[in-house]
Amino acid sequence: MKKHLFALLVALMPMTGFAAGGNEVHLDEMTPDLSDKASLQNGMKLFTNYCMGCHSLQYQRYSRAAEDLGIPQDLVEQQLIFSEDLAFNDQMRNAMQKGDAVSWFGAAPPDLTLEARLRGTDWIYTYLRSFYKDPERPLGVNNTVFPLVGMPNALEPLQGVKEMVCAETDRPVPGHEPDPLTGKYQSCDVLKVTQAGKLEPEAFDRAVYDLTNFLAYVGEPSKLQAQALGPKVLMFIFIFGVIAYLLKREYWRDIH
Amino acid sequence: MGNPNRVKAEGGIMRWIDDRFPATQMWEEHLAKYYAPKNFNFWYFFGSLALLVLVNQILTGVWLTMSYNPSAEGAFASVEYIMRDVEFGWLIRYMHSTGATAFFVVIYLHMFRALLYGSYKAPRELVWIFGMTIYLALMAEAFMGYLLPWGQMSYWGAQVIISLFSAIPVVGADLTQWIRGDFLVSGITLNRFFALHVVALPIVILGLVVLHILALHEVGSNNPDGIDIKAKKDENGKPLDGIPFHPYYTVKDLVGVAVFLFVFCVVIFYFPEGGGYFLEKPNFEPSDPLKTPDHIAPVWYFTPFYAMLRAITFSLFGLDSKFLGVMVMGSAIAILFVLPWLDKSPVLSMRYKGWLSKVMLALFAISFVVLGVIGVLPSTPGRTLVAQICTAVYFAFFLLMPIYTRLETTKPVPERVTG
Repeated sequence: MKKHLFALLVALMPMTGFAAGGNEVHLDEMTPDLSDKASLQNGMKLFTNYCMGCHSLQYQRYSRAAEDLGIPQDLVEQQLIFSEDLAFNDQMRNAMQKGDAVSWFGAAPPDLTLEARLRGTDWIYTYLRSFYKDPERPLGVNNTVFPLVGMPNALEPLQGVKEMVCAETDRPVPGHEPDPLTGKYQSCDVLKVTQAGKLEPEAFDRAVYDLTNFLAYVGEPSKLQAQALGPKVLMFIFIFGVIAYLLKREYWRDIH
Repeated sequence: MGNPNRVKAEGGIMRWIDDRFPATQMWEEHLAKYYAPKNFNFWYFFGSLALLVLVNQILTGVWLTMSYNPSAEGAFASVEYIMRDVEFGWLIRYMHSTGATAFFVVIYLHMFRALLYGSYKAPRELVWIFGMTIYLALMAEAFMGYLLPWGQMSYWGAQVIISLFSAIPVVGADLTQWIRGDFLVSGITLNRFFALHVVALPIVILGLVVLHILALHEVGSNNPDGIDIKAKKDENGKPLDGIPFHPYYTVKDLVGVAVFLFVFCVVIFYFPEGGGYFLEKPNFEPSDPLKTPDHIAPVWYFTPFYAMLRAITFSLFGLDSKFLGVMVMGSAIAILFVLPWLDKSPVLSMRYKGWLSKVMLALFAISFVVLGVIGVLPSTPGRTLVAQICTAVYFAFFLLMPIYTRLETTKPVPERVTG
C-alpha cells in the first residue's frame, strides 16, 4: 500500500511542481563548457560510477563519447564499461529492469540522454546539490529543487550528509531584510553539510559541475561539430554575399 | 516542326529541344523576358526566399525520411539516431526544423508586403488566393510535421489542436476520432500524419506554388507604387519602368539569399532550439499519454491564432465559448481569402492611401504580433483582455475596410514608378 502511495506521489509530482509555479525555486547558474575536456572526462567517470546503475544514456554510444572526449578505447573498456554484455560501440545502457525499478523506487529512473535539454543545466547542477536529510521520506532524503523526490542521494559518499538548518545565507529571503552589518539573510532552509564526505564542499560543487557538463555534452554531442563547422560555413556565405553584391552592383549600373 | 508560335532557338541542341518542348519559350516568359518593375525594395526579397526555403524543406525532408521511423515505438529514438549516428544528421534535422520557422518568417513578411502595396487587388486576386491557400496548406504541413518527433509537446500539441474539432456541434466527437483514427492520439495518428506531411501536402504545396507563380506572371508583378508598368511602353513594346527578371532580379535576389542564409546558419549552428521557441523543451521527453505537460503552447507561428482561440472566454447566442473560439480562429484565416473584395480604395499602394488605412494596417500588424506573444504565455485575466482587444482589432482591419478605404482621401498616383 505504502508503495502504491509513493508511486502515486511520484506520479503527481509534475502537478505539485505546476501548483508551485508562482514561486519557482532558485537555480544556481551553470554554463557548460564543452571545450573543457578534463571536466567532461571527469563527468563521464562520475556518471558511469555513480549514476549509471539506475540511469541509462540510451542514445549515447560509449565510442562516440570516447572519441569526442578524447578517451582511449582501452581505457573506456577497462574503466567505464562495467558490463560484459556491452561493447565499445554500444549505447550506454544499464541492467535495471523497468518493473524492478518501479517496485523499488516507485517509478523507473528516467533515461538521462536528453535531461540537460529537457530541464536545463542550471536545474541539474542545483538539483544534485540540493538533497538533504529527511527521515520522513522512504529513502531518508528529500530535495529542495524536486520535493518528495523518489531518488536517493547517489552522490552522498562524495558530498556527505546535508541537513536543512537555520543559518545565515547570501541568498535573499523574500519578505526579510538583510542584516545591516553583514548583508546576509537569516533563513531556516539553508542546506549545510553536517557529516563530511570524501570531497570538500567546493570540490563537490566542481564534481557536480563536471557531471552536469558531461550531461550537457550527451544532450547534444553534435554541438561540438556545429561549433567546428559553423565559422567555416558563415565565412563562406559572407564571401559569397560580397561577391553576389558586387555582381548585383555591376549589373544594376545601367538601371536608373 | 513543333508549334510554330513558340519562341525558338536558332539552331543546335536547343532548337531540337524547342521543337519538342517549349524550353526557350518558358525561359523567356518567366525569366529572361519577364519584365518586373525596377523599383522593388526590401519587401520584395521574401518571395524568392520562400521558394528557397521550400527547396530546403523538401531536400532535408527527403534525407530525414531515409532514417526516420514513423511508429509510436520508434519515432522518438529514430530522431535521436538521426541527431547522433547519421552522418550530418544533426545538420539536416536542424536545417529542417529551423527551416519551418524560416518558412513562416518569410511568408509572414511576404504577406505583409502584399498588404502594404495592395498586391492582392485587381488584377492579382487569384495570385493572392493561391498564396493564401499555400499558407493554409503550409500550416497543416507544419502542424503534422510537428507530431513526427513524437515528444511530449508533439503529442499534446496535436491532442489539443485535434480536440478543437470536437467543439463542432453534433459531428464533433466523431470527427476528432476520424482525424486521429483512434480514441486518442496514437501510432495510427502518427502514421497518417507522416503520410500527409511527407507525401500529400508537399504535392499540394508544390502545385499551388506553380499556380501562384503562373498567375503572377500572367498579370505581372505589382510594385511599391502600385502602378501598372505595362501602361507606359517604349517603341519595342517593353515597359519603360520594367527590367527583365533575369539577370537583374536573379542577381539581386542572390544578395538577399546570402543575407538570409547567413542568419539562417547562425540559428542552425548556434541557436537551433531558438530559446525553446523553435524546438520546445518538453519535446526532448518522449510522448506520454498519461502525463500532460504543465504548459502546452503551440510553436510560435501558430500562436496568434491560438491566442484568438483562448480570447473567446464567453458564450454567445447559445454557442459555447470553445465552439465560438474555433469559429473565430477559422474566420481569422478565412477572412484573408476575401480581402481583395474588401479593399475599395482607388489606389493600391499604402504610399497613396489615406491615413486611416495606414493607421489600420499599423494597428493590425501590432495586434498580430501581440497576439503571437500572448499565445506562447500562460493565460491570465489581463492577457485575455489584451488578446480580446487585439482580436477585435484584427477583425476590424478587415471588416471595416470597405468603409475606411472609401472614406479616406487618397493621394494622386504618379505616372511612372518613383524608385
